[in-house]
Amino acid sequence: MQETKVIPTDLQAARSFAEEFLGKVAAKGFADGDLFAVRLALEEALINAIKHGNRSDPDKFITIAAEVNGEAIVITVTDQGGGFDPDHLPDPTADENLEKPCGRGIMLMRVYMDEVSFNDRGNQVRMVKQRG
Amino acid sequence: MEQTGPRLSVASEDGVSVVQLADKRILDERTIAEIGEQLYAMVGASDKPRMVLDFANVAHMSSSALGMLITLHKRVREKEGDLRLCRIRPSIYEVFVITRLNEVFQIHEQREQAVAEAASA
Repeated sequence: MQETKVIPTDLQAARSFAEEFLGKVAAKGFADGDLFAVRLALEEALINAIKHGNRSDPDKFITIAAEVNGEAIVITVTDQGGGFDPDHLPDPTADENLEKPCGRGIMLMRVYMDEVSFNDRGNQVRMVKQRG
Repeated sequence: MEQTGPRLSVASEDGVSVVQLADKRILDERTIAEIGEQLYAMVGASDKPRMVLDFANVAHMSSSALGMLITLHKRVREKEGDLRLCRIRPSIYEVFVITRLNEVFQIHEQREQAVAEAASA
């Protein structure tokens, strides 16, 4: 069953949501590797929404739709920012970017989740993890 | 959930600061900033910092935590010091491999080996 929550642009609210949802994922018997992947991807998505999307504006909100069933985990995170173009991000593994402190979050989401897609505006990410 | 205890403990071994990271999860900005500030201060206080970070307790890390480590590494190198990481769990080491940061950092399985290499660097 899909659950939708609207949280403030706040780290603590994001953390509370993540812990609650990951508890549900664990209760469904997903493997540790799946849990590791979802925790990492969800954290990156929430941080992106807070920092880059809503730019830590306390008057803005983040909408999270999350679903876990027997076979898959589906999470959609939407912020109120102007969005970005996910197809034109620098490759963080290129030699010239290797020692830059930022720019790895989207790449990690793509590696650890089975599907990662963005809406046209670039302010919404949908991630799917199939049971491993 | 949020931890309020000390983020790290530091021991000196053979002139090397051996830092045990206490948090199981180094994920959110506040935790990362607190750890970073403590580590940057240690580097700032030393003429030639030699440091080993022990990750045995750490089960989860975010990309922001990797960024903090990169900044720390730069500051250590600016002072011609030496930074090594050790006892990284396989699941986290995989993140280092995916991001190619295993090529940037000196990573050891054993703490003793990391300390010995840092002491002689």
